[in-house]
Amino acid sequence: MSRKLYLDNAATTRTKKEVIDEMMQYFDVLYGNPSSQLYELGRKSKEAIEKARKTLADFLNADEKEIYFTAGGTESDNWALKGVAFANLNKGKNHIITTKIEHHAILHTCEYLEKFGIETTYLDVDRYGLIDLDQLKESIRPETMLISVMFANNEIGTIQPIEEIGEIAKEHGILFHVDAVQALGSVRIDVNKLHIDLMSMSAHKLGGPKGIGGMYIRKGTRIDNFIHGGGQERGRRAGTEGVQNIVGFGKAVEIAARNFDNRIERLTGLRNRLIEGIKNNIPDVVLNGHPTRRLANNVNFSFKYVEGESILLLLDMEGIAASSGSACTSGSLDPSHVLLATGLDHGTAHGSIRFTLSEEIKEEDIDYTVETMKKIIAKLRAMSPIKNDEDLKKN
Amino acid sequence: MYSEIVMDHFRNPRNAGRIEDADGIGQVGNPKCGDIMKIYLKIKDDIIEDVKFETFGCGSAIASSSIATEMIKGKSINEAVEISNKAVVEALGGLPPVKIHCSVLAEQAVKSALYDYAQKTNKVIKGLENYKPEDDEIHCQH
Repeated sequence: MSRKLYLDNAATTRTKKEVIDEMMQYFDVLYGNPSSQLYELGRKSKEAIEKARKTLADFLNADEKEIYFTAGGTESDNWALKGVAFANLNKGKNHIITTKIEHHAILHTCEYLEKFGIETTYLDVDRYGLIDLDQLKESIRPETMLISVMFANNEIGTIQPIEEIGEIAKEHGILFHVDAVQALGSVRIDVNKLHIDLMSMSAHKLGGPKGIGGMYIRKGTRIDNFIHGGGQERGRRAGTEGVQNIVGFGKAVEIAARNFDNRIERLTGLRNRLIEGIKNNIPDVVLNGHPTRRLANNVNFSFKYVEGESILLLLDMEGIAASSGSACTSGSLDPSHVLLATGLDHGTAHGSIRFTLSEEIKEEDIDYTVETMKKIIAKLRAMSPIKNDEDLKKN
Repeated sequence: MYSEIVMDHFRNPRNAGRIEDADGIGQVGNPKCGDIMKIYLKIKDDIIEDVKFETFGCGSAIASSSIATEMIKGKSINEAVEISNKAVVEALGGLPPVKIHCSVLAEQAVKSALYDYAQKTNKVIKGLENYKPEDDEIHCQH
């Protein structure tokens, strides 16, 4: 089987050729340190960074001074939470509201902040992965300093009502942080319309290089600096800038902005083709996430009576790369916390598979994936004691 | 991640299926933990004439079941009961540390099936005198 299908684009994406071409000269031609402003080589690097910053700012309807470059989404999440917590702790604020389905970069940072007396409320989600706005309102306390909700979930693709959450946060004078790592480039984001104060971003999820991300920080937001050192990123995130990575990030955003609506429309069509294909060809499946309020490239199903790692290994043999929320693939004891939060039982969560598409995928690839899954699930179910016991009960 | 032997047994499982008139059946694990193994034994004159397995689980769970059935097929019940998880791991050419529990499950499934046979036939199998089928409902053995 010579076919190779990469359907794990929520994990990372292929760096686009155009992005690589743009980055190359910043390794060996324009390699100056952007802090060295007294000669041209340094100034060129600085200009390149500012150009990327402007691209990102325009894309988000933000001001250039509100965009900061970091090492990635995880760093941005850490900065948002720790930075806001430490800046507000002595102001009598010690409470954060987030959700049960956040990335570990948020959840583990909240756990860490408990050491400093910060309390966190974790909002529930419904079976589609959506939070309840009433529960959010009820969770607000006089000490609440921050609401942190992910724009779109990395596993099930569910898109939260960000604008409504932003309005609630604004009404109560609470800062609003959004982890937009998966959403950037897939959902239109206007930080002003959505009332976002802080937002985490990553380049490698949309065709940019790994190791570079960004943070939007609304002017006037009370937040501590994160990396202490030189004056880079206006003193807030010190360290010599990864100029070539920043350039690559800027280029990836420029490409994403270029053909936004057509790209998303096409991806949505492919996504729905895969969802329908699996639903119509394989019995006993559960679509995880929201049927429509989901990322244009995200498909996540649970296949009853079988386990995710086995499916992934068989998919790999057929040239398809995907991912699973099974415990066996996470190295932990439990299946995905996201799937469990949507109310899925452990057994069904162990049989979950996520396919995340890219623009490189064609309709015939989707059909090949459906056919392959059909074979794989039948093969594994034939040796599943749960499946066979269920069948016996029915007869 | 997995050895060639593990992948071979995962790709082409030996003795997958069920035996309708089995003389001994053992099932261990639970869906909460993500793995269940069920072993069926056909025994004549204390010799395991046939063995089949059904497994819900990861690649190494399926491979462990498969190789365990090969290791006990044709053996006497007294030989079969001596199967150890270590022997399963060795036969598989090793397992990643987080997957060792799969080999433990295979050992338990075989013993559980032999215990079932001993209970049904009022036999005493050396090594199973104090055996109690494991209750895996409480915690997952990863």
